[in-house]
Amino acid sequence: MHWSLAALFTVLIATAAILYFAPLAQLVGRRELVQRVHVVTGYLLPLPLVLGWLWSAALRVDISTMNRFSPADWRWLRDRARRSGRYPVGKFNAGQKLNAAFVLGSVVVMLGTGLVMHFDNLFPIAWRTGATFVHDWLAFAVVIVVAGHLYMALKDPEALRGMLSGRVSERWARHEHPAWAAQAPSETDQTSAVTAAATAATSPGEPGAPDRQ
Amino acid sequence: MTTPRPPEAAGDDASSRGTPVGRRVVLAMAGLGAVGIVTGSALANRVSSVAASLPSSVSGLIPGLGGFRFYSVTPTEPDISPAAYQLSVGGLVDRPATLRMADLEALPQTTLVETFQCVTGWTVPGVHWQGVALPDLLAHVGIQRGAKAVLFTSLDGTYTESLTLSQAMRRDVIVATQMLGGPVSRSHGGPVRLYVAPMYGYKSIKWLGQIVVSDRVVPGYWENLGYAVDAWIGDSNGYTGGHAG
Repeated sequence: MHWSLAALFTVLIATAAILYFAPLAQLVGRRELVQRVHVVTGYLLPLPLVLGWLWSAALRVDISTMNRFSPADWRWLRDRARRSGRYPVGKFNAGQKLNAAFVLGSVVVMLGTGLVMHFDNLFPIAWRTGATFVHDWLAFAVVIVVAGHLYMALKDPEALRGMLSGRVSERWARHEHPAWAAQAPSETDQTSAVTAAATAATSPGEPGAPDRQ
Repeated sequence: MTTPRPPEAAGDDASSRGTPVGRRVVLAMAGLGAVGIVTGSALANRVSSVAASLPSSVSGLIPGLGGFRFYSVTPTEPDISPAAYQLSVGGLVDRPATLRMADLEALPQTTLVETFQCVTGWTVPGVHWQGVALPDLLAHVGIQRGAKAVLFTSLDGTYTESLTLSQAMRRDVIVATQMLGGPVSRSHGGPVRLYVAPMYGYKSIKWLGQIVVSDRVVPGYWENLGYAVDAWIGDSNGYTGGHAG
């Protein structure tokens, strides 16, 4: 699910840049085509989220985990030495949880404002202007957050490997997510993966993960 | 009801412990988004007036700061020098003509200062336009009986537009040779473009190459894609209630 979202976001951001920035708009032209690709891709955004939610119990658990903040999460956010190992970081650190929440919120708001822009004849024109305003500025925020996300990913090769392969080394897990690592059995053929943002690998048999009620 | 589970680590809470920050963030963003949709028009205008004091190289790059957005429907914009430019005027007219820049500048000039409004919702207030009012141009070539509409073709080879004859006879419809205080730039559709003040921007065809007086309206590029033919601002395309800002 993560990678399908990543692909959709890439297309959306690229087409948005062409639609928005004058030099690119004039270079590429073809407004009708670029606009149609952007809109169709936008409508596809909820698909990985919905399908993942329906098909993967592991994903539902991860989303539930990402939703909840403990007091340690708040302290982690405030502490410059947050990666010193002093916090019982779980499967997702507080930064990752916030990223996931922001991305999901962005999908909701971009879709909503996009709908107002697309079905413009259903709304007062002032709302159309307002939707454009929100859509444009949130897009900037999304680009900044995505850039930060990519920076973090490229900075940590083992995390990236985890996202690509579904596996991370135990040593890495104990260092970055000690509370989560402590829950897992110590076999080295552990197939759990660390996830980031609003994603989860569809890993079977997540150890230590509670059954859904 | 639930199977016993190992004790949760403090930072890894998938049960009812821990505040649901994720959900709150999503709901807060959705709420802000909805507020932004309904009130954003006023905020957008505030941002535009603040941004007006920025250097144009900055404000021009970011449309959200209130500047123009450039829409073109072909891969490249036409590149015609004013010296080479020709406007052909024909159809149901007494004296078909090919007009060069000097010919247009010799005709009576009309100046407008109006808000440019795009049907997608963005506006640019106080845009200065100068050129030949379309009724003056049509008087120059003489309209024949039976004329009901005026058709426009762009030098980009694709874009077309039209007006009914009564719309074309308005004093706030001009064949513009100047915009924003200087010659119409290439990106804005120069050397010559149409400006239809009371209608949404898509009627204001860029890189105007040909005017044909006809007996019927022919829907243009965006109208074939679902937009209104009579694109009155605030009174078409499903909108009512005037300008956006």
